[in-house]
Amino acid sequence: MNIQRLLPGLTGIAFLVVIPVLPVPPFWITVLNNIGLASLVTIGLVLLTGVGGLTSFGQAAFCGFGAYTTAVLATNYGISPWLTLPLSVIVGGVVAMPLGLITVRLSGHFLPLGTIAWGLSLYYLFGKIDMLGRYDGITGIPPIELAGYRFLSDGAIYYLIWFFVIAVAIGARNLLDSRTGRGIRALRGGGQAAEAFGVNIVRAKLIVFVFAAVVAALSGWLYAHMQRNVNPTPFGLSMGIEYLLMAVVGGSGHVWGAIFGSGLVIILKELLQRFLPSLIGTTTNFEMIVFGILLVVILQLARDGLWPFILKILPKRPPKPIPTSNQKLPKRTLALAGSPLIKVEKARKAFGGLVAVNDVSFEVPAGRIVGLIGPNGAGKSTTFNLITGIASLTSGSVFYQGQRLSGDSPRHIARHGIARTFQHAKILPDMSVLENVALGAHLRGSAGVFKSFLHVERDEEATLLAEAAHQLERVGLGEYANRPAGDLALGQIRILEIARALAADPTVLLLDEPAAGLRHGEKQELANLLKKLREEGVAVLLVEHDMGFVMGLVDHLVVLDFGTLIAEGKPAEVRKHPAVIAAYLGGAA
Amino acid sequence: MDAMIATFLIQDGVTSGAIYALLGLALVLVFSVTRVIFIPQGEFVAYGALTLALLDSAKVPATISLLVFFGAIAFVLDLWSMRRGTDGRTFLRSVGLNLVLPGAIYGLTTVLAPLDLPSFVKALLTIMIIAPMGLYIYRIAYRPLADASVLVLLICSVGVHLAMMGLGLVFFGAEGLRAQPLSNANYTMGMLMVPAQSLWIYGATIGIMIALYVFFERTLLGKALRATAVNRLGARLVGVRTQLTGVTAFMLAATIGAVSGVLIGPITTIYYDTGFLIGLKGFVAAIIGGLASFPITAIAAIAVGLIEAFASFFASSYKEVIVFGLIIPVLVWLSLNNAFHEEE
Repeated sequence: MNIQRLLPGLTGIAFLVVIPVLPVPPFWITVLNNIGLASLVTIGLVLLTGVGGLTSFGQAAFCGFGAYTTAVLATNYGISPWLTLPLSVIVGGVVAMPLGLITVRLSGHFLPLGTIAWGLSLYYLFGKIDMLGRYDGITGIPPIELAGYRFLSDGAIYYLIWFFVIAVAIGARNLLDSRTGRGIRALRGGGQAAEAFGVNIVRAKLIVFVFAAVVAALSGWLYAHMQRNVNPTPFGLSMGIEYLLMAVVGGSGHVWGAIFGSGLVIILKELLQRFLPSLIGTTTNFEMIVFGILLVVILQLARDGLWPFILKILPKRPPKPIPTSNQKLPKRTLALAGSPLIKVEKARKAFGGLVAVNDVSFEVPAGRIVGLIGPNGAGKSTTFNLITGIASLTSGSVFYQGQRLSGDSPRHIARHGIARTFQHAKILPDMSVLENVALGAHLRGSAGVFKSFLHVERDEEATLLAEAAHQLERVGLGEYANRPAGDLALGQIRILEIARALAADPTVLLLDEPAAGLRHGEKQELANLLKKLREEGVAVLLVEHDMGFVMGLVDHLVVLDFGTLIAEGKPAEVRKHPAVIAAYLGGAA
Repeated sequence: MDAMIATFLIQDGVTSGAIYALLGLALVLVFSVTRVIFIPQGEFVAYGALTLALLDSAKVPATISLLVFFGAIAFVLDLWSMRRGTDGRTFLRSVGLNLVLPGAIYGLTTVLAPLDLPSFVKALLTIMIIAPMGLYIYRIAYRPLADASVLVLLICSVGVHLAMMGLGLVFFGAEGLRAQPLSNANYTMGMLMVPAQSLWIYGATIGIMIALYVFFERTLLGKALRATAVNRLGARLVGVRTQLTGVTAFMLAATIGAVSGVLIGPITTIYYDTGFLIGLKGFVAAIIGGLASFPITAIAAIAVGLIEAFASFFASSYKEVIVFGLIIPVLVWLSLNNAFHEEE
């Protein structure tokens, strides 16, 4: 491990350890405890909202589940808090599961509205249930005990709280920096590309949802034993909004920003509650106004939050070395050249009255390059989407080695080794070039959430990244590996998409206008790469408008016009075909 | 439960449903034109009701200071955006809109408030005080974010809601107030006793719906609003000033909010934070209408009112749980039928 990389983190931890020993007023220890509790919820929210793109106003309700679970069990049944810890967390997770299944299916702005709805409902529910003490709540919750020592004072529970905060923060970062994490980070871009490489989008959303709920429940457990009493107020919608404010202030994409944002908001709240009443002369909770204005101002002036500004001050961390691995990922055995891989049979796609693809049939054999050409709007990209499952067939079918693909989801189709690029490149601009490519190798790894959280899957991860680095070298983008993918030029982004497709170890490669935006030399290199793939036995289906590029490369051409197949055959034959000439140049009907 | 109770519950439900319908319509209006999910809509209701209640007791409502305050901030923001030079007309318009208008309303209110006015005039005055707030809120909070995503605008709305609710607490205090009805009369229809206030509510709801229909179908500005709703960029390209349509939508929403406040103020005690819950029930209706359909929203609002009335009879403590829980299956259904396209 590089000590320079760890330095800022170690300084932070040392600072936290020393504080209670120093002559700090107890008031500030309480504040730090509150910051820690809020940080836990906010870290979950950063993963859910900032990284996963699922905005939730209802996180406070999950704190409630954690807090009430332990409150009821420890107070009424005398169960040790250490036993209620797993139970609290499990209850949070178990409630999150069905709620998440519903919530993550909500699209666009319906999702945050849904969280407001259940956030409110659950708050009212907490206040109505007799077992939970209705609006009065539960008092007399026993403190946490460890080997006879009771965590009674704020200074005592401080270490416990911050132990969990640091552990969860490191775990969250581990999770993001993993195979599963790449799937989660891909959600924000809409997830279509990730799905085309086998990421289970609904599952990835559910993972972050449950994760956020579980850490919120953990925060609730700590809260119950720190406060020693619970009532519904801190689990209502306004607290949920405050947590979101913390995530937005910190910068909703950064795990450490969550702690920073929580700290800022809570200190601000304490200061306002202390000083504002004496300034204005009333005791009402004014922080609401300030928080509201703060939220609007941050959105207007620094939409990525304040953490990026802190990052600029902190010493720059050296880039991670590209992992090498002596293990090789297993490769698929490719079919014999010439044997049919993809078979499109009378594929038809109608959007209402418009028939975009009209009973088109063709084959893509192994070890061949097939070109799919036609004027704009001919239905080429729609055909791609039909093969890869992004669009559903109106009628007809698509087969892979005799197996029916039609009706399968994109991620199931990806399992056969069908990899694609997109006409409108779908990369994740904030992720490094290397990680973007590694997303393509998603199905070649198997590590799940728990392994990723603890980072015990490093061997597999190294193999995946090494494979991604290899594919990057192969397409000539090796030097950009650590740069954010958004920095690349358009042509390079297309090449990046090809590298990502290659990382999937494809048997069939579907390339949608790969040469667009490339310079002459780059096109030559791309052609050479495709020829090499053909030699290896990969089947390539190519949509391209650059006829010079297509004609010199493909073995077989399929021409579409207005959704209908008008010609197919060898490039030389197709070129002379009267229907093709008419489609491209116009002709006497 | 006998027929008598049922009729009462229905009447009760339809009355609150009519208010929710108004709010739901305003939310649909604002969302479709500006893509803003306007959480603070309920605050206008609270402001309206509380302003009217204060006018009833011949006090000068604090909302006028708030109005002047909002205008001043909007003016400062205008100045800031004009810092690189401007023409006299733009400057004068900004002065007129942000300083003179709230100033005039301030003056008028201080003069009129101590007089014993007829309740109808007080209602109009209330609406006059609240409606321009929509304009300033748009200018201050939303215009700088006009190109942001729906989600960012939604979070912004939550911020505006917090600030407005907090300001409501500052200016009105934590005490609830109840306004006097526009008319104290009661009419008996068979076994049913209908207070005149309910008739005012039904009348205003139907009137505003008709007015909105005429506005959208018959006027150029209304058509510009509809065009913006369908395609913002396209509307801009054919010369619609999308900022003007945004302002109009927010003004209308604030007006509708104020009207709802005036209508509901006399039938229930309003606190500074009551508006939020009332607004959210309008939301449930607006969401059932997919944030797009006016008629479905209106019908759904009546349904929400009825469900609430019956829920408060049969399971009074679970009233809110039922009303807000109701929205989740609706959201699921909408999401299934409304696959969003990624290419946008």
